[in-house]
Amino acid sequence: MAASLPPTYDRTAPNALGAKVNHDEIARFNFLTSVNVHLGTQLFPGTKLAFEQRVKPAFKKAQGREIATRVEVRDAMRTDPLYQTWAALRRNTMEMRQQTGRAIALRQLDALIARAKELNDAKPTLQLNPQTKIPRYISEVDNHCMPGSYYGELVPDDVSGPANYDLGVFVTGAGSMSARNDGGGRGVAKFVRERWPDFKPKRIMDLGGGIGSNTLPIAQAFPDAEVIVVDVGAPVLRYGHARAQAMGYDKVKFVQAALEDLPFEPNSFDWIQSTMFWHETSAPAITNGMKRIYELLAPGGMTLHAEQPNFTESTPLWEKFTKDWDAWYNNEPFWSKFHTMNVIDLMTAAGFQKDKLIEGEVVSDVEPGFYQPWAGSLSRHAPEKTNTAPTTRAWRGWYMFGGWK
Amino acid sequence: MTTLDVNTLANAKAKGKRPYFFDDPAVERVLSITMAVAGELAVTRERLDTVERLLEAGTPVTKANIDAYRPDDDAAQERQAWHAEYISRILRIVHQELEALQATDDVSPEELADKMAAS
Repeated sequence: MAASLPPTYDRTAPNALGAKVNHDEIARFNFLTSVNVHLGTQLFPGTKLAFEQRVKPAFKKAQGREIATRVEVRDAMRTDPLYQTWAALRRNTMEMRQQTGRAIALRQLDALIARAKELNDAKPTLQLNPQTKIPRYISEVDNHCMPGSYYGELVPDDVSGPANYDLGVFVTGAGSMSARNDGGGRGVAKFVRERWPDFKPKRIMDLGGGIGSNTLPIAQAFPDAEVIVVDVGAPVLRYGHARAQAMGYDKVKFVQAALEDLPFEPNSFDWIQSTMFWHETSAPAITNGMKRIYELLAPGGMTLHAEQPNFTESTPLWEKFTKDWDAWYNNEPFWSKFHTMNVIDLMTAAGFQKDKLIEGEVVSDVEPGFYQPWAGSLSRHAPEKTNTAPTTRAWRGWYMFGGWK
Repeated sequence: MTTLDVNTLANAKAKGKRPYFFDDPAVERVLSITMAVAGELAVTRERLDTVERLLEAGTPVTKANIDAYRPDDDAAQERQAWHAEYISRILRIVHQELEALQATDDVSPEELADKMAAS
């Protein structure tokens, strides 16, 4: 069977802040995207074969019992040559993506900063707080191998980190996050509108919303709502606010605050959303954060979180190992622990009633026409990949959990 | 105006201890360098493809025209197919090792030579 091909990078929407990606940089991203697809679809299935055929039997022979935990699988796999190659290539491809994106952003940093300043100038919708304390779960490692993370600044008013992030998302998801990296947010907005057609939130918070790429589709779906992106990093908010302004979303607010110190009144939100946020936090952060969310929600309000699915009794060992890969090797340290936490228990401990909890699945919603007709959506992780209807191509969805107050 | 050393800063390392997967980190180092070189050749090849397509269309081959070039659907498919084929070619040995894992009846030529000589 011929391998599916990802769309080309030039199909992405022009960068909202005007970052120019030249011919060779587009080609570099095309190469890296193709490597990711190759690793996910061609070599990754081989690592499972290596596990079944030689790693598992060797473990049993040495230990006198079956391999039983994902940590045992991880440690045993580290000795397998095929796995070593796949894993080294995958880590390396992520690093190359970061390098390519950073080079593009840094080369034109003066222009990007000037453009952001012009768009952000004296706007009350951007509220930065230099006193914000960066939590340890963010400051100890740079999440998903992104140098400088969401908060690092090389120069005053820096936006190079988020510019790199915005430029490179395409590569890791092989285009599955749509033309503006907003496939998640588009999917969430669709999910909410379809499931609760009468839901009319007046005030929405996107917690850990970063550059707001997943927030803007929600603002678009609920144009009468006050929409607030909250994040701990000043650079992502500076960039995100300017990006939103440039895209015509001039009412969306960007507020700098840590989850541990959210500057809002109790009972003041109708919807508190997070999209791929909790796995970058910690156990105390999610436990206390959920309680705070319950407090901030107005009666009849709703919270919804798009995240990694939790492991259950029936999750196969191999799947646990592969789903934890990013925790161990892509600087997502809490991802692994999060997989084992019972979010339903967390929600009820925070005050939500069991009969008012929400569960579901959301897929990235890709803009019609973004893909060339021959292109496929291919994640770097083959098992996460499913092609759905012809107009919306998506990798397998995120787990959605939440509740009504 | 900010004067940053872009080349050095683009290479910045993400905070956190880097994992190495091979028994000898030197293997990983060489693999990383090889993939970077492979990537740059792919970039050059895509640029050459653009030059060829501009020439075919009778468009002047200038830096500006190269940068402005956007492949149509067919050209994009051909270019992506080239990337896929190219990556497959440079990772040949890995695929052969995978194939060997599936083929359980492989014998070594040395063993076979001994066998042949004996009979």
